[in-house]
Amino acid sequence: MTTSNPQSPKPRPPLPYNMREVVLPGDAACPGCPIPMAWKVLSAVFGEKMILVIPACCSSVVVGAYPGNSLKASVVHVAFASAAAVASGIAEALRKRGITDVQVIAWAGDGGTADIGMASLSGAAERNHDIIYIMYDNEAYMNTGIQRSSSTPYGAWTTTTPIIGKTEHKKDVAKIMIAHGVPYVATASVAYPHDLYAKLQRAKKIRGFKFIHIHAPCPVGWRFDPKYTVRIGKLAVETGLWILYEYYDGKIHLSGPSRPYIDPKKRKPIIEYLKLQGRFKKITEDKIKEIEKYVEQHWEWIKRHM
Amino acid sequence: MGKLVALTGNYAVAYAAKYARVDVIAAYPITPQTSIVEKLAELIESGELDAIMIRVESEHSALAATFGAAVAGARAFTATSSQGLLYMHEFVHWTSRARIPAVMAIVTRALAPPWNIWPDHSDFMDQRDAGWIMGFAMDNQEVFDLTLQAFKISEDPRVYLPVMIGLEGFILGHTTMLVELPEQEVVDQWLGPRKQEYVIDGKEPLALGNLAWPEDTEEMFMEIQKAMDNAKKVIKEVDEEYGKLFGRKYGGLIQCINCEDAKYFAVSMGAWSGDLIEAVNKLREEGYPIGVIRIRFCRPFPYEDIWEKVKNSKGVIVFDRSISFGAWGPLFTDLLTGLYHYTNNLPIMSNVVAGIGGVNITYNDFAKLLTSFIETIEKGDKPPVFTWYHKR
Amino acid sequence: MVKEVQIVKTGIKIPLAKPKIGVAGKTGFWRITKPVIDYDKCVKCFLCEIYCPVNVIRVEPDQGPVIDYDYCKGCGVCVDVCPTSALKLVQEE
Repeated sequence: MTTSNPQSPKPRPPLPYNMREVVLPGDAACPGCPIPMAWKVLSAVFGEKMILVIPACCSSVVVGAYPGNSLKASVVHVAFASAAAVASGIAEALRKRGITDVQVIAWAGDGGTADIGMASLSGAAERNHDIIYIMYDNEAYMNTGIQRSSSTPYGAWTTTTPIIGKTEHKKDVAKIMIAHGVPYVATASVAYPHDLYAKLQRAKKIRGFKFIHIHAPCPVGWRFDPKYTVRIGKLAVETGLWILYEYYDGKIHLSGPSRPYIDPKKRKPIIEYLKLQGRFKKITEDKIKEIEKYVEQHWEWIKRHM
Repeated sequence: MGKLVALTGNYAVAYAAKYARVDVIAAYPITPQTSIVEKLAELIESGELDAIMIRVESEHSALAATFGAAVAGARAFTATSSQGLLYMHEFVHWTSRARIPAVMAIVTRALAPPWNIWPDHSDFMDQRDAGWIMGFAMDNQEVFDLTLQAFKISEDPRVYLPVMIGLEGFILGHTTMLVELPEQEVVDQWLGPRKQEYVIDGKEPLALGNLAWPEDTEEMFMEIQKAMDNAKKVIKEVDEEYGKLFGRKYGGLIQCINCEDAKYFAVSMGAWSGDLIEAVNKLREEGYPIGVIRIRFCRPFPYEDIWEKVKNSKGVIVFDRSISFGAWGPLFTDLLTGLYHYTNNLPIMSNVVAGIGGVNITYNDFAKLLTSFIETIEKGDKPPVFTWYHKR
Repeated sequence: MVKEVQIVKTGIKIPLAKPKIGVAGKTGFWRITKPVIDYDKCVKCFLCEIYCPVNVIRVEPDQGPVIDYDYCKGCGVCVDVCPTSALKLVQEE
């Protein structure tokens, strides 16, 4: 498996050459949006041979209005709670018809996954359909204007946690998927495209249900300058707050970019991640301590399952 | 020639899906639909039906997965009842607005609370604005025939809309009757391969359902209205073809019994039409000039066909097995508004809502209601426009 | 063997879209700030191309990065990921 330092001065084929054709310029995404960044990596792996099943989310807008579509790949827009179920149906129809060179990918936000889509996700995972389910996690209902989801982190401002901030921790969907016993679960980040690429390549080779949770910093919803999308994605990893790993064969396999941060001393202070984001502007010392405690507990869990 | 077998209505549905050679079935258990998917699971596991069954975790996912399979080119089928149908309502609209052919059987059942598993049409009629072709059977043979025809109608390029077929739970669903099954080769030849306007299977990059501006959106939905008009013709054609090939022709969107010289008409839909026909036969013997119009398809609504029959009549009484609370029975309101287009001088129209929550309505009840309706008019009085007929 | 489906096109208007460059128009008009390149500093590491959310940067073998300003939204991600500060954001005129 290749994991890489994206600061490396040498291009690492097949990125970026395979990323050029599918994600078309001039989409409707906000400047600095992480969604098409991740799609470029998907396209490097699957080219046009992918069917994205997209429930209500920012991506339903990003691809643009009829009769145009910003992706040179197939897209099926579906009702909010149904991405995993529709993807199941498509995958089974392709199997019945003998089509084997097309990847069905459910592509849903955190609301469509951790909240309203949880039941259909759980059902599809348990049935182990041959699909990749990708949760791109911008940590709130961004398309409707930054409302709290169960995937919003502790302490974050949203328009429905406007004064106090969120008082609960983030729902850990990857852990829930591990509990389903599916053959492959991974976490990833738009800031680490080579790592995401490697994970998609591995997922592509595995038959059955694959779940990938992509951390996707949102300039508009997190209140940061759009040029910092990648920087913030990296800081989440470097502070140890977002841990990149794969789960297969019954074990957690820590991914390259996160490996140094198993040692708490190597992690950057969490405040460096928080301070760039307006959504944490009013966060207190107590709350930062609470986040640190949560991060430590998460690492302990990771270590126990490695 | 086909063969005669004894089948429940639910098994008749399952066999129709088998004869249509469905590729993918996605379903979730609910009383009284369950035995359809049980039978289909058995047919698949025994190797008699080469299909994939997705045993989903909810009805919402049942229709979502059926939709997904159909979008990707599979002949897809599902079935449900009552709360299950309500739970999948979001995808009822999604499927038709995507112009995706698919077939769903609705084994009708009352809505809760209170919990009630007996049949009425409340669940079925709740879907009538959703852009599905909606057919309803009277007996198990028709359940089989209509379900099989549904695939042909749905996949007709002039239609390209999903079709739902209703049958009452228990009354048909769990009652065994003789059903003639056709020869598979004849069905294969008649039905042909799966047809659709587009398929999303990765061969060409297509996107279904992108945002659209108001004008584009409206034009798409105007096409659905046109397709509904086309469906009227297609349903009749399919009925004719089917009659020629398999010996059973029902009359298209409606079936008329004792209509020739009738001055009064009773309109109904579903299994209780059998009791109504019996009542009318009895009244005919007693000299009452009455006929029955049985609605086989309520979407598209057969305005023209019914008008042709009732235009010279003195009175039309419509029996509804569901109620639009605050208004009247939905078949009645649909018919009334439709007929108004043809004349300023409507026959006397009356609506009876009955059999809600599964209350059993017998042919004696029908005979009583019809006699009273006719005699009131003959006396020069006007019967009430709406009656909720209840008995215990 | 792939089981074929009979596609019978009717020409009706349905909610089906096809790939198109510029679904949201010439998104270059959105730009408030503009990334400009100092080719002397560029080491052709491809990071700007890899991360560009609009997919408008191509690193040419001899020249270095070329930006399609018709569609560049001016987000500045390329500037922030550039390891040699070869890219910088200037105010759009």
